[in-house]
Formats: sequence, structure tokens, C-alpha cells
Amino acid sequence: MSSKKRVLALLALGAALAASFASAQTLRIGLAEDPDVLDPTLARTFVGRVVFASLCDKLFDLDEKLDIVPQLATGYEWSPDNKALTLHIRKGVTFHDGEKLDAAAVKFNLERHKTMQGSSRRGELAPVTGIDVVDPYTVRLDLNAPFAPLLSMLTDRSGMMVSPKAAKAEGEKFGAKPVCSGPFKFVSRVAQGPITLQRYDGYWNKAAIHFDKVIFTPVVDSTVRLANLKSGQLDLIERFAPSDMKSIQADSRLKISKIVEIGYQGITINVGKSDLAQKNPLGKDPRVREAFELSLDRQGIVDVAQEGEAVPGNQWVAPNNAWYAKSVPIPKRDVEKAKALLREAGVTNPAFTLMTPTTSDAQRLAQVVQAMAKEAGFDVKIQLTEFSTSLDLADKGQYEAFVLAWSGRADPDGNLQSHLGCKAPLNYAGYCDQETNDLINKSRMTVDRAERQKLFDQIAARIAKDRPIVYLYHRHWLWAYDKKLTGFRTVPDGMIRLQGMKM
Amino acid sequence: MGDFLLKRLAAIIPTLFFVSILIFGLQQLLPGDPAVAMAGEERDPATIQYLREKFHLDDPLPVRYGYWLKGLVHGDLGDSVRIQRPVTELIVEKLPVTLELGTLAMLIAVLIGVTAGVVAAVMKDTKWDYAANVFALWGLSTPNFWLGILLILLFSVKLRWLPASGYVSPFEDLKANLAGMAMPAFVLGNAFAAVLMRHTRSAMLQALSADYVRTARAKGLDERVVVLRHALRNALTPVITLGALGFGELLSGAVLTEQVFSIPGFGKLIVDGVFNRDYSVVQGVVLFTATVYVTLNLLADVAYFLVNPRMRT
Repeated sequence: MSSKKRVLALLALGAALAASFASAQTLRIGLAEDPDVLDPTLARTFVGRVVFASLCDKLFDLDEKLDIVPQLATGYEWSPDNKALTLHIRKGVTFHDGEKLDAAAVKFNLERHKTMQGSSRRGELAPVTGIDVVDPYTVRLDLNAPFAPLLSMLTDRSGMMVSPKAAKAEGEKFGAKPVCSGPFKFVSRVAQGPITLQRYDGYWNKAAIHFDKVIFTPVVDSTVRLANLKSGQLDLIERFAPSDMKSIQADSRLKISKIVEIGYQGITINVGKSDLAQKNPLGKDPRVREAFELSLDRQGIVDVAQEGEAVPGNQWVAPNNAWYAKSVPIPKRDVEKAKALLREAGVTNPAFTLMTPTTSDAQRLAQVVQAMAKEAGFDVKIQLTEFSTSLDLADKGQYEAFVLAWSGRADPDGNLQSHLGCKAPLNYAGYCDQETNDLINKSRMTVDRAERQKLFDQIAARIAKDRPIVYLYHRHWLWAYDKKLTGFRTVPDGMIRLQGMKM
Repeated sequence: MGDFLLKRLAAIIPTLFFVSILIFGLQQLLPGDPAVAMAGEERDPATIQYLREKFHLDDPLPVRYGYWLKGLVHGDLGDSVRIQRPVTELIVEKLPVTLELGTLAMLIAVLIGVTAGVVAAVMKDTKWDYAANVFALWGLSTPNFWLGILLILLFSVKLRWLPASGYVSPFEDLKANLAGMAMPAFVLGNAFAAVLMRHTRSAMLQALSADYVRTARAKGLDERVVVLRHALRNALTPVITLGALGFGELLSGAVLTEQVFSIPGFGKLIVDGVFNRDYSVVQGVVLFTATVYVTLNLLADVAYFLVNPRMRT
């Protein structure tokens, strides 16, 4: 062997060793909260979805542009009347217990979502009236009426498939030891502590997975979460505090990724949830709400409350979203006009209480709003309220205005109907305008994109006039990670997709 | 001794009964519906209704207390609404973690506090005494979470000596366990060390001025023997009570410390339980802690007996 050949052989050996080391790696992720039960049917938290992204594949996935792309389903067709959706299921997929994923398994899962006691998916799949196995790899969903958001529901927990065998055996306890078909299988979970997953060798998209193990650890305090990243105990953290942006940028070992969220931050106003609405000028008179909105400078709020890490907005989707109604732009701050409106309404110094969660960004938001609105004559009283209590008060209508965020759904309907539809479960504003409600319902039944956009334009114009929610901004999802980590994909739903990631 | 013990033991039962009523009642005063808190973002009305029925949330208060008490008698503290596991199982899982933290913190507190107290008393009005007093003032006035974060920034981020947070079982890896426990145990022990120091100092000052100490000195005993065998032994009586009760206090201090260092122990269990309106977790953990507290109090009384002969009459 010549020396040149020997060097080449050594290099090849080195590369092979490096590759085997690289594939035997553990990725340690710091979560901002402790996930709830790991059963896609029962799960209720945003942070739980972050874990599911590695554990449970879905029928469809979202890409960076929020377009729906195949995952466990390879394709779909709508029937001509848009009342039936046919799904083609990927062949050769198995669950972590070796069971086969086929049309029957999909039917089992969708029925489980619809019928299991305590299911959180029931509402999402309510329009689905029948699920039929057409052939071993084809399923047809029958709907009582066309339902445009259905596909996007299948990109989230409603589209997650679990092993029917395990689900039947474990029943309600399935979440303690979930068996899905994602790239990683469940190993262990310490209550309120780490969740450990291990690579699933039978994964259908195995080539895209470059880690042996993933450990998700909830570290609630953002300073401590970041300290763990900086000291090397974690490789990746989600949702770091915007105030830490500069210190992370200054650290040459770390990298940042960010993208505008699909949710929103706004102020929900009690316009009809209870009698209180009529007792307060803000809830009673749309002119007062208009004056309130005109008193606010959204960019200023973003700069203070989020240190610039958000984009101002005035609708349930961000201005960069494909569904944003461009015909309803963000109004500019106009204190004089706000004062004039208040004079017209006969209340020059309206007072109201702003219920504010105890998180530091919500508090900062409330303080800026208070100061800005004061210039137009508003007397805003900030009432700091612990989150569970605030939801209870909001639910009973015992509030005047409420600083409330929504994590967002891929389809705009998920940010709209349940919040502003008449008597919808999250309609804390108590808003019910029959015409708007009809338009919202029509938008859900319109599968044609252009037609649907026209409806959203009309709805946006009506909501902007009635202002049951004054939308303020859309935060950036912020991730920080070890510079060695490559292939991180920023998708606006805030999930961490390990496919293609390497270290 | 037997009589005394029996009396004390009998008093525990009514005490715990009242504690159970108090815990149950106070918890219900909290605004917020556990079913709504648990229903997550979607808050599907059907789910909320199902949860209310499952956890008897619609029943009148006394009926619910009855359910709880009935379970209690059978050793069943109910299920956690959020974690979906029996509370007893969670307590068994978390207790060793917090006990370890509390014990290490206590060791640190006694080591620093009693030593500093003795030094301050023996060297009264010298710079050692002043230094010990400044240390006590500092320990008492430093918030746990703030000190915790400062230590993390120094020892984890800057020096990279210790892990910033998390917990490893000692049976898995003792070294990693102690490395992870070092900062939280110090933070937790630090404040209590200050309390112990103040009490040891004043008890020691009193003991050192007592007649028997003067006699001991007059007999020509070595000063070390006078301080450690004669004075300290008597001065320790109140310090022991304080230590026993302080252990209960350390457990409640662990609430914040565990939160800062993300240690999955009792404190974290209870904080998350309160925020999620996880009634059975809060009730179970508080009742358990109360029982521990009452027991420790009893043990402190027994310890008096053993240390102080005057009480044996």
C-alpha cells in the first residue's frame, strides 16, 4: 500500500468513525413548559405538540410557507360536492410496536378522536360524519357539509395516528406510554421532568433522522433555560426571552432561528359576554373602542413589550400570512381623532380595567397600552391576574378588557371561528353579529381559495369596525441552539422538526 | 416518658383532621375551575363537562370532602388531574428528591450556622463576630431565586463547573447527583444557616455566662471542653427544635428552589399543582407535608428528653 493510499484509507476510516459517532448522538431540547398527557386525542397544550412532532407522525404536515404537504397520507381528493375527502395512505409504515399502519388503523384513530371520553379533538372533527375504508390504503371521510379547515386539522393532533393495538390495550392510560409511528419512540418520562425518546429503526423516512436519542426537558424559567444552553447541558431551546436576544447574538457558540408565529396577541374586550359590557363605555360604544385603538401605536408596543421581536398586526393572521386581508390595513395612531371620537361619544375620560396575565411581556404590554391610551383620555387600570383565574373570570364575563394571546392554528379558521363565532367556546368577548357569523360559517364551507379569501376580506372589515378583539401583534417564535446543529427548519407553527437536523 | 409520648401522639389525629379541612377549604376558595384549567387551549365544552363529572367537581363541597376523606382513610389521595397518575405514586416518586435536597441543605445550614454561631459567641464583639452577623444578615435578606440564578450564571455559564439545572438519581450516578444538588442545596441551606447562626449565638452567649460554665472554667478545664462539652450541649436544646421545625421550613423553601433549578421534586409538584388547579395534588402534598411537620415537632420533643435531663422529671 502506498503512503498516499494509506492516508486515504485512514481518512476513509476516520470519516466512517465520525459518521457512526454522529449517528449515535443525543439531542437535548429545553422546553418552556411541562407538556400534558402524551395522547394525541386527549392532549391540550402547545408544548405537548412540540414533543409529538418527534413522536407521532400525522396524515399531513406543514412546510415553511404553511402549505400542506404529505406525511402519512401521500395524497387526497375532494369529491365534486366537497362533502367527501379521500385520503391515500402511505404504504410500508409501521407503528413503534411493529403493527402496520393502514386504512383500518386510520379509521380507528379518527373514530377514537371523535368518540373517546374527554377527547379534545371532537370539535375539530365534528363535521366528519362517516369514515370508510375503501381499500387497505384508502380512506374516505364523509362530511355533513363542506369543511375547508379539515386538511389543516389533519396536520395537527387530529391527524396523528397511534397504534390501535396499544390504544385498545391501554385505554385511558395510553398517554403514559404512547405508541405512534413518528421518527422516535417513547422510552420514559419523569413527571414534570425529562421525556426521553429513542430513534425508531422501522421509521419510513429513516434516512432523514440523524439522532439516536432525543431528551425533552421542561425548564420553565427562561433565564435558567438559556443558562443550560450556554453551559452545554442543552443543545436547543425554544421560546427564549426577547430580552436575551443580544446576549445570545454575542455568544459565538450559539445560533438563532426565528419566524413570525401563526397566533396573535391582542386585547379582548367584553362586548356582550355579560351585563358588564353595557355598563362600560368601552364595551358599549364602538366609537370608544375605535378611539382606544387609535390611541395605540402598535410598533411602539412591539418595541417595548417584545423588544422588537414581533410584527404589528390588526387581524387574526399576521400581515405576511397568505390569508391576511390587505383591504383592511393597520390603522395609524391618531390621538386627536381618538379624542374627537370620545367627545362625540360623550365620554372624554372613559375608565376600564385591563385584566393582565402575570407574565412579564403581558405586563409590559399592559403598561405601554395604559400610557398610550392615557394621552387620548383613557384611564386604564391594570389588574394582574394569575392565568387560570383570568380564564375563569373571562369565561364568566367578569372583566372589561383582557390581554389574551392565542398560539394559532395553520388554517385561519382556527384563529377566527372559535373566538368570534356566536357562542363559540373561546368567544370571551361575547361577540355575536349575525351577518359576520354567517360569513364565518360560509368561509368554513368554501373550499375554493379565492372565494374564501373574498369572505375573509369581508369578515376582516366587519371585525375591524366592531373591535371585539383589538389585535396588536404577532410574536416571533425564537429558538437558540448550538452552532454545530444544522438543518433547523423554521415553520410558523412553532414546532421542532427533527427530520434533516444534524449535529 | 411513655405517658408523654402517648398524649402527644393522640393530639396528632385531631390536628391532622383540622388541617385536612383547612387544606380542602382553602383550596376551594381559589378562583378558577380545574376543568377549565385542564381543558387546555381548545376548552371544548364537552371535555369540560366530562372532566367535571370524572373528578366530582359538580358535587357539593361536603360531598367532595367526603370522597377525599374516604380515599384518605384507604391511603388513596386521588389522581392528579394534569399528570393523570395517583397522587400517592407522585409523592413516593418525588419525596426522595426533596428529602435529599432538604437533608443536604440542612447539613450545609448546620455546618455553617452552628459553627458561625459558636465562633460569634466565643469571640463576641471581635471582627469574627461582626463578620458572622453580616453573613447572617446577608443570608436572611437574599431571595432564594435570585441567589440561585446568580450561582447558575457563575458556576454553570461562566465556569462550567456545575450543571445549571436538572436532577440525576444518586443510584444512577452519585457524582452527577451531587453536582446537580450542590447549588440548590447551598441556596436552600444558606438562608437557614443565618437563622441557626443567630440562635446558636444568643443561646451560646447565655450558656457561656451561666454559673456552671464559670465553675467548669474554675476547675481549670480546657476552654475547648468548656465551650463544646458544657456550653454548646446546653445551648443546643432550642437549636434542635428550631432545626426540626426548620426542616419543615426547608421543605417549603424547596418550592422556589426546585422551580429555579428545575428539580422534579415536591416543590415543583405543588407549584404546578396550584397553577393547574390540580386539587388532589395540592391537597395530598400539603397534607403529607403537614403530617411530616407534626411528626418532626414530636421528634423534637423527644430529642429534648434525650439531650436535656431536666425534662425527664
